[in-house]
Amino acid sequence: MRYLTLLVIVFFLGACSSIEPWVKPYERANLADPIMSFSRDPVSSSYVSHVYEAREGGRGAEGESGGGCGCN
Amino acid sequence: MKQIWKQPLLVTIVVMLAMGMNAHAAQVLSGKATDFTLKSRSGKNIKLSELRGQVVMINFWASWCGPCRQEMPLLEALYKKYHGLGFTLLGVNVEQDSSKANAYLRDVSVSFPILYDTKNSVSKTYNISAMPSTVMVDRDGNMRYLHHGYKPGYEKEYEKQIKALIRE
Amino acid sequence: MDAVLRVNQAVVVVATRHIILVTVVFFFPWKVFAAVLPEDRADVLFHSYEGGGVEISGPSVLVRKQSSTNTSIVANYYVDMVTSASIDVVTTASKYEEEREEKSIGIDYLHGKSKMSLSYKMSDENDFDAKSAHFNISQDMFGDLTTVTLGYSRGWDVVGKRNDTTFAFDTNRQSYRIGLSQVLTKNLITGISFDTITDEGYLNNPYRTVRYIDGGVSRGYSYQAEVYPNTRTSTALAFRAKYFLPYRAAVHGEVRVYQDDWGITAQDFEVGYTHPLGEHWIFDARVRAYSQTKADFYSDLFPGQNAQNFLARDKELSTFTTMTLGASVSYEFLKGGWSFIDRASVNFAYDLIQFDYSDFRDLRTVGTVGEEPLYSYSANVIQFFVSIWY
Repeated sequence: MRYLTLLVIVFFLGACSSIEPWVKPYERANLADPIMSFSRDPVSSSYVSHVYEAREGGRGAEGESGGGCGCN
Repeated sequence: MKQIWKQPLLVTIVVMLAMGMNAHAAQVLSGKATDFTLKSRSGKNIKLSELRGQVVMINFWASWCGPCRQEMPLLEALYKKYHGLGFTLLGVNVEQDSSKANAYLRDVSVSFPILYDTKNSVSKTYNISAMPSTVMVDRDGNMRYLHHGYKPGYEKEYEKQIKALIRE
Repeated sequence: MDAVLRVNQAVVVVATRHIILVTVVFFFPWKVFAAVLPEDRADVLFHSYEGGGVEISGPSVLVRKQSSTNTSIVANYYVDMVTSASIDVVTTASKYEEEREEKSIGIDYLHGKSKMSLSYKMSDENDFDAKSAHFNISQDMFGDLTTVTLGYSRGWDVVGKRNDTTFAFDTNRQSYRIGLSQVLTKNLITGISFDTITDEGYLNNPYRTVRYIDGGVSRGYSYQAEVYPNTRTSTALAFRAKYFLPYRAAVHGEVRVYQDDWGITAQDFEVGYTHPLGEHWIFDARVRAYSQTKADFYSDLFPGQNAQNFLARDKELSTFTTMTLGASVSYEFLKGGWSFIDRASVNFAYDLIQFDYSDFRDLRTVGTVGEEPLYSYSANVIQFFVSIWY
């Protein structure tokens, strides 16, 4: 059972490299546009997060990186 | 709770690092470079097969791509240095809307031919899977090397391959 | 959740027993290329918060520079200059001023398609000291359409008390994060992130008190120190999406749900719109709504002294909502470059946040005990910053 799990994971990770992306690298003009960034100005986004975190009970799940030009 | 997470996190990180292990090495290609005809900045159509006899470096780029812009001045330097020795460079712009590319070229002037692949037919034919991508074609029209992406230092490899292909 | 843990545990057990398999995985010729580091830039921000009797303002300076082909260094210096006559302060103490200084430094390292970052942050004020370390690793996959991020943070705080040098208690924090960002179409990117945070140690505020009904005093209520549990574990899950509109604009949305073992549940929604105009201007507008339910041990008014094991009257742990309306404007200049500068921008942002409490009462108004008006206030948040890219 455990071997099967590991095999599935390795296969899955191996499959990563063979799935053809449906958005080609040369079609990313819009995604690479700075206005499409979730956090265009980090100095400002971290300040705003701090304003809320200091006053609200909720915290976490602030964001993740990704998107953009997908270059290199 | 924390104890349970420590090890899986470590393993996952190791696997992720493993996935990033491959150092840059140009991919070796073989076979004839598929012929294409694209409109160039000068207005003329440029056909790849008409450049037989020269070493051709085909660079796929876009104005929105950071590494592409970083590479431009270095490509210009290579073009200037080897152009008279049987080498040419084609800057294939992959943007569907060429206006941004032209605006960029007004600020950063290059002397090598710029071709417009607005329908992305050539990008598809050459299976472009990274931005930028560079294909080295030898004097007989065979594809020899493929470079994915650009990082400072790649231009040294470009130069090595150009010199070797010119000497062939 | 359980399934994920079990799968992970299975991986660990097999991995440690089969080093050959691990080596194969490690050296598998993954078809990978590379990713990019964040752009070099420097920002100087002036921030100001004013509301509820509190004024906090100060600078934040952020500088980022690529230090080698594969590394980028970032440093931040941030100050909060506080003048507080907040409702807690005026009802139980007197107006005070203080300054909090925060410094952080981080490094990003690019290794193929993985990006790792490590950072260290230190925050200092006259009665509170916080240090934290953060580690993140992100991996691009599926033709760079997917990015998986894992993160881990640790924090070490020392809680002190003004005018009492012997008072010093520790708080430790640990946090685990996982995120996934997925490009769905040429114009749409989505993301999901999950994290869990655990705090341990002295978690309350040494100055804050709770009130209880006390027939023995004319006011009708008396105060005692708040008592909090010494652990708190929370989880948060967020979804976000951003869509490119054909005339060049972007719309984004975000939903986050939160819960912790103090009984607080919360959710927030945000929508925003970004509209560039010409070559130089970018306008943003946003709306955010947040609501939370109170902690189990929270009460605005306890029935008597030592009414329960844990006691809190911190409005941050009460039942309340916040509603934000905000707008920003950005002007880009020096687009052709000047000296070492590639381009620059000057930015202004304003947010109006309305706080409405459902079970925290405004004790500045004397009234029937337990029936004082519910507290609410609005805050003006202003940001002004200049950025340069080089």
